[in-house]
Amino acid sequence: MEEKVIVCKELTKRFGDFYAVDKISFDVSKGEIFGFLGANGAGKTTAMRILCGLSYPSSGDALVAGFSVRNQQESIKKNIGYMSQRFSLYENLSILENIEFFGGVYGVSRKEIKDRSYKLVGELGLQKEAKKMVGSLPLGWKQKLAFSVSIFHHPKIVFLDEPTGGVDPVTRRQFWDMIYDASASGITIFVTTHYMDEAEYCNRISVMVDGKMEALDTPGNLKTKYGSDSMEDVFYKLARAAKRTGD
Amino acid sequence: MRNLRFLLQKEFRQIFRDKIILAMMLGVPIIQLIIIPWAMNLNIKNINLSVVDNDHSTYSQQLITEIGSSGYFRIISADQSYRQALEHIENGSSDLIMELPDGFERNLIKEGRQTIGISVDAINGSRASIGRAYLGSVINDFNANLKINQVNLADTLTKTQGFIEITYSNWFNPHAEYKYFFVPGVLVLLLTMIGGFMTALNIVREKEVGTIEQINVTPIKKWEFILGKLIPFWIIGMILFSIGLCVIWGVYGITSTGSLPLLYVVAGIYMIALLGFGLLISTYCDNQIQAMFVAFFFILIFILMSGLFTSVQSMPPWAQYISEFTPVEHFIKIVRMIVLKGSGFYDVLTELGYISIFAIVLNGWAIWNYKKTS
Repeated sequence: MEEKVIVCKELTKRFGDFYAVDKISFDVSKGEIFGFLGANGAGKTTAMRILCGLSYPSSGDALVAGFSVRNQQESIKKNIGYMSQRFSLYENLSILENIEFFGGVYGVSRKEIKDRSYKLVGELGLQKEAKKMVGSLPLGWKQKLAFSVSIFHHPKIVFLDEPTGGVDPVTRRQFWDMIYDASASGITIFVTTHYMDEAEYCNRISVMVDGKMEALDTPGNLKTKYGSDSMEDVFYKLARAAKRTGD
Repeated sequence: MRNLRFLLQKEFRQIFRDKIILAMMLGVPIIQLIIIPWAMNLNIKNINLSVVDNDHSTYSQQLITEIGSSGYFRIISADQSYRQALEHIENGSSDLIMELPDGFERNLIKEGRQTIGISVDAINGSRASIGRAYLGSVINDFNANLKINQVNLADTLTKTQGFIEITYSNWFNPHAEYKYFFVPGVLVLLLTMIGGFMTALNIVREKEVGTIEQINVTPIKKWEFILGKLIPFWIIGMILFSIGLCVIWGVYGITSTGSLPLLYVVAGIYMIALLGFGLLISTYCDNQIQAMFVAFFFILIFILMSGLFTSVQSMPPWAQYISEFTPVEHFIKIVRMIVLKGSGFYDVLTELGYISIFAIVLNGWAIWNYKKTS
């Protein structure tokens, strides 16, 4: 059997009588690219925050890299990378300084940081900008940098919350190349997106509707099951049933 | 510990990169330390006096000259009548009227006594009462000289009236110079502002920008993050304190009478308490406007209730009670004790104890309330 890096059982997050996440259960295997889809307000970000140890579940449990989201959040945090919806590198630090800081707090040695950060900057084609403040970079470059920083310490899993929002198609394509490379090196990718072409790139996709997980399969199987020829159509058929309004 | 080093490196880089904040933190306090004490001078001078001299005698002129040369009064008008002088009070150009009656000199010599009229504009209460007291003391001096002169003239008189003369000696601040009282206060004020505002705003800013979430998802421990924020501002605070001490020595010639290391120990602990206060605010506020408002509210109370500008002893008992709950009150007390009186460690121990309690409670509360997982 494949190694499971995320095992989620009836995970629930309740705010008052509102179920943001309602008993979702799923597994994610090592090295998999797992797409996490849903309309705005479907509960994707809430679920992801629980899996990252940023939020307590109301009931149910999940093991991330073998640690429980109920009481072992700090151990989870050592094993994951996280790239949030909002750009969250330090804008008033340079590219190299950001890599140094985040690499450092994840336990990468100073020597390794030094060696690898120059290599990384080279791969991103940002040699000239290495000492520039991150705030001055265009959005697409920022997102690629943020992704590189989030996997710099070789985490077991990386959580990407709408990483390509507002990014141009060419850069998005490059971004997905980077995701494939990371996946090939054994990092599990857990990604949310609103772009259906991106959903096609995933190994498996789950679709959340009103806090519940309505579908979970490979893109091909989902298309067959719903008799559609595109993911766009599958998503539309599922999300149309939603009673909650966006955001 | 490793994480802490990375946090400190990052924090210092950010602080030194923001030139405006750096200038605000270091430059403005120094300039304020040079300017505020002059403006806040409570030694009342230049009291405007209108004189109505109905006597026009040698003695009356002598008294007026003496008042004019005392340095406290500015004689702005010599009026013909009380009514005329009152007009000056009414239009605000005069604070006091002194009316010398007809027969002032004659009565003084023949009867040995004379009543004079003094009217005070009491809108500014403290200015009025201080002005009246000054005028009274100048007239007393004049009286005493008069007696001595008379005694000398009438040498044959064997019995002189005994009178009690009170002489003052002002301890620890020999010239009762308000600056000596106030300058250490301004220094405390500035440390308070920097300590209280900077940490609160800095952390809330990370919340606003969203970087705090990125920090919360790393294995950085709570205490590492908090120390990473406290240490840089503590260092800046202490540098500021040192610069402040240099400024008050250079500009006002005030040096600490007591032990300098002791002063630093106290300032260091006070700074920890205040940074804890800023930290606590930041854990409750979501944006910089909230943090600014809350910090401003408390710091205003701290400053006005702490005895920085006024004497705590003259407050009503309930206000004195509140005053005890401001860390500033205890710190300003110690600073004045050490700088002006030269008090030693055991003299300031109680107050230092209070400050330490503030430091522990505020920081403990802040750490407790800061949550990496919500």
